[in-house]
Amino acid sequence: MTAVVTGLGVMAPNGTDTEAYWAATLDCKSGIDRIERFDPSSYPVTLAGEVSGFDPADHVPSRLLVETSTMSHLALAAGQMAIEDAGVVPAELPEYEMGVVTANATGGVEFGQRELQNLWSGSPSDVGAYMSIAWFFAATTGQLSIRHKLRGQCGVVVSEQAGGLDAIGQGRRLLRGGHRMVMVGGTESAMSPAGLVAQLPGHLSRRDDPARAYLPFAADACGYVPGEGGAILIVEDARRAAERGAAHRYGEIAGYAATFDPAPGRGRPPTLRVAMERALADAGVAPADVDVVFADAYGVPHLDRAEAEAISAVFGPHRVPVTAPKSMTGRLYAGAGALDVVAALLSIRDGVVPPTANVTEPAPDYDIDLVVERPRPAPVSTALVLARGHGGFNSALVVRAAQD
Amino acid sequence: MNALRVAVTGIGVVAPGGVGRDAFWSMLTAGRTATRRITFFDPADFRCQVAAEADFDPAAHGLSPREIRRMDRAAQLAVVATREALLDSGLDLDAQEPTRTAVTVGNAVGCTMGLEQEYRVVSDGGRKWLVDHEYAVPHLYDYFAPSSLAREVAWACGAEGPAAVVSSGCTSGIDALGHASALLRDGSADVVIAGSTDAPISPITLACFDAIKATSTYNDQPDTACRPFDAERRGLVLGEGAAFFVLESLEAARRRGARVYCEIAGYGGRANGYHMTGLKPDGREMAEAIRVALDEARLNPEAVDYVNAHGSGTRQNDRHETAAVKATLGEYAYRVPMSSIKSMVGHSLGAIGSIEVAACALAVAHDVVPPTANLTRPDPECDLDYVPVTAREHRTDVALSVGSGFGGFQSAIVVADPEAVPA
Amino acid sequence: MQDFTLDDLRRVMRASVGVDDSVELESDIADTEFTDLGYDSLALLEIVAKIDKEYGTAIPEDAVQDLTTPGKLAEYVRGRLPGAVAS
Repeated sequence: MTAVVTGLGVMAPNGTDTEAYWAATLDCKSGIDRIERFDPSSYPVTLAGEVSGFDPADHVPSRLLVETSTMSHLALAAGQMAIEDAGVVPAELPEYEMGVVTANATGGVEFGQRELQNLWSGSPSDVGAYMSIAWFFAATTGQLSIRHKLRGQCGVVVSEQAGGLDAIGQGRRLLRGGHRMVMVGGTESAMSPAGLVAQLPGHLSRRDDPARAYLPFAADACGYVPGEGGAILIVEDARRAAERGAAHRYGEIAGYAATFDPAPGRGRPPTLRVAMERALADAGVAPADVDVVFADAYGVPHLDRAEAEAISAVFGPHRVPVTAPKSMTGRLYAGAGALDVVAALLSIRDGVVPPTANVTEPAPDYDIDLVVERPRPAPVSTALVLARGHGGFNSALVVRAAQD
Repeated sequence: MNALRVAVTGIGVVAPGGVGRDAFWSMLTAGRTATRRITFFDPADFRCQVAAEADFDPAAHGLSPREIRRMDRAAQLAVVATREALLDSGLDLDAQEPTRTAVTVGNAVGCTMGLEQEYRVVSDGGRKWLVDHEYAVPHLYDYFAPSSLAREVAWACGAEGPAAVVSSGCTSGIDALGHASALLRDGSADVVIAGSTDAPISPITLACFDAIKATSTYNDQPDTACRPFDAERRGLVLGEGAAFFVLESLEAARRRGARVYCEIAGYGGRANGYHMTGLKPDGREMAEAIRVALDEARLNPEAVDYVNAHGSGTRQNDRHETAAVKATLGEYAYRVPMSSIKSMVGHSLGAIGSIEVAACALAVAHDVVPPTANLTRPDPECDLDYVPVTAREHRTDVALSVGSGFGGFQSAIVVADPEAVPA
Repeated sequence: MQDFTLDDLRRVMRASVGVDDSVELESDIADTEFTDLGYDSLALLEIVAKIDKEYGTAIPEDAVQDLTTPGKLAEYVRGRLPGAVAS
């Protein structure tokens, strides 16, 4: 079974559809700016990658709007785009052979905060009926399944920022188990005051210049900017996709693996490298076959160092172009992996590696060939996408050009 | 699909009314209920004031003061259940390659208790929308992002393989075990520490269920508040808890002479694609999930000796799953015992699926099926054998457990004595 | 004296649960089933909760399942308004 991506849907801070996101990314246009969703002036963090051009009412019917949170609005919009892009008409296909797997890291955050406030500033009866279906982590998968009548196996993966890749890996498992099509990916939105404050104990950048705040792999990296959005993809059994005459074959999900870092104090090495090696082995490709690595790119010096070391250990120093288009969106948590996979597939399509924005060169002691400042034209047939989740989650996914 | 057979070699349970596997099983077989008036906070303002709370002292169960401070209750329950399962399995994880040990944690609502508590602090008791970051505790992010649950379990067992939380709402506890079995079968891991945990008994969760009128209002009779399949049922009762398992290949388990409780023979998941909370009366997708699970197990419906029901205590559910079981088991459905332990331990959302699989594994081990407590006036529309009130000695080689959850998800899992499964 | 008309109900519905794209709320909806207007059981619970909050009606749970149309609901609410004469 070969898993082939046939549809893409993107909701990103720098573009609210696939081509707009891709054009902005190649143009080094960032979606990071001062937070507008609420007044951030009392907080030490004032920047985020908000999906500002997005009016949910343009994409989601009003009845559905009220019972869902922003994370699900973004997914419903991206999911619709993906399914239209793929040209899949679920009603024409066996309903139990189509599933949905999304990743989510933090739930329906602004919805949850509003109802928590209703409860604690009011009484239990002030909590609305939709809280029970909007806040939890499975809300998005459930709504996508209902909206598109995808009645096969569904799932929800939570592994912080690694989740987007894990959801795609799980989707491929479903195809191997006999499903013909899966809708996979992830979207995130933690853009409420409580959502931002909850993230503060982490590694958020406290700079207020959008061009200097999130500088993965730079010598003066100082943390990351949070973002919202993500991507939804349609992945099909290649044979089935061919049978129905799918218009696009963006590429294959060729390999995937995940690991977890050892507990602190165990004296064992981190395991991102193992995840990368296993994903490559799963895809049956050698390091030399890989044309580009989409890095996790934490923007935190010790974590950038760990990733740079893992990449150069697998590929050799400066042997493979490395990039981080998320420097233009911020870290999207569960939305990040899927969005990076979209970028990787479009790199394959257009023969170009998108740049890492705002970084002029990597720190001198990182032995990586970081693509900076402008896109680099290059034939791309195989890409490795990396994602790490807070606490030690590592995932690696290999995409490659669709074979005939 | 790979023919690898998935063995359960260790079980750990923390449930209301019984901390530890043995206490849990003796409580179930005694037909004792753990539902009571809520003690964690004053429930006077709530429509439902009953829950199944676990009397769980993390320090008494070996957690250090640091761990207790760091971990939300859901993580504490998970780690204690994980340690019991590991000890039970006799498996020396240090002798395994750590990157070949995986962790799968089912969970529906994250670290709700810790998150709500800290929300109250930063919002000045709900007064501020622009919450005050000066009062945020360092581990607030761990409560906010429930991937921390998988991290705690991974740390507790030294696992470095694939780790994730499976969070598909109320079927998470079954889906986590399906996911874990897939990791073994596709070669992603040699051992999986898998199970699920939830500690949702907090004001916001209770208010959520109040708002949709899904919970029982037997506030004056808390110990019999959950009455699945009974004509007088009034809804579900929230619970909490965790159950974890050591899963490895049957071959490896036999090679090391491990006790094998049962194997996870089949799993199926389907979605109704219909409604987030509503169920089609015909139970079609649950029936389909059961068929898939039995197919994967290569077992006929007549091989099923016991059905562990979702049995949440709502009229909608009872009729839905009764229809689903009839659709898959046919006439045989009337002859197979089927019970709901939620009548005793409540509905612990993402945890209950694994807790129910623990009950199934112990039923296979002991040839006893637990009862449906509080079932004294059967609903005439639910006409199967729901094992009312009293546990029953019953040869159980194959047990089927089903779950149904928000999002429309329907899941089924088959556990079996390895001797009962075609090689 | 306080009243509760179909227009009051329309306002509550719009504000709390939205309107299905295919539904014209201004049309004669009094005898149309809520389900045919695109409102499920959760939506009805939400509508009733908002009415209870605004009008202090405390509609009993058991009554809700019989209030299957906007007309029935509005009439029921009128009967529970403070000062209403029990019919």
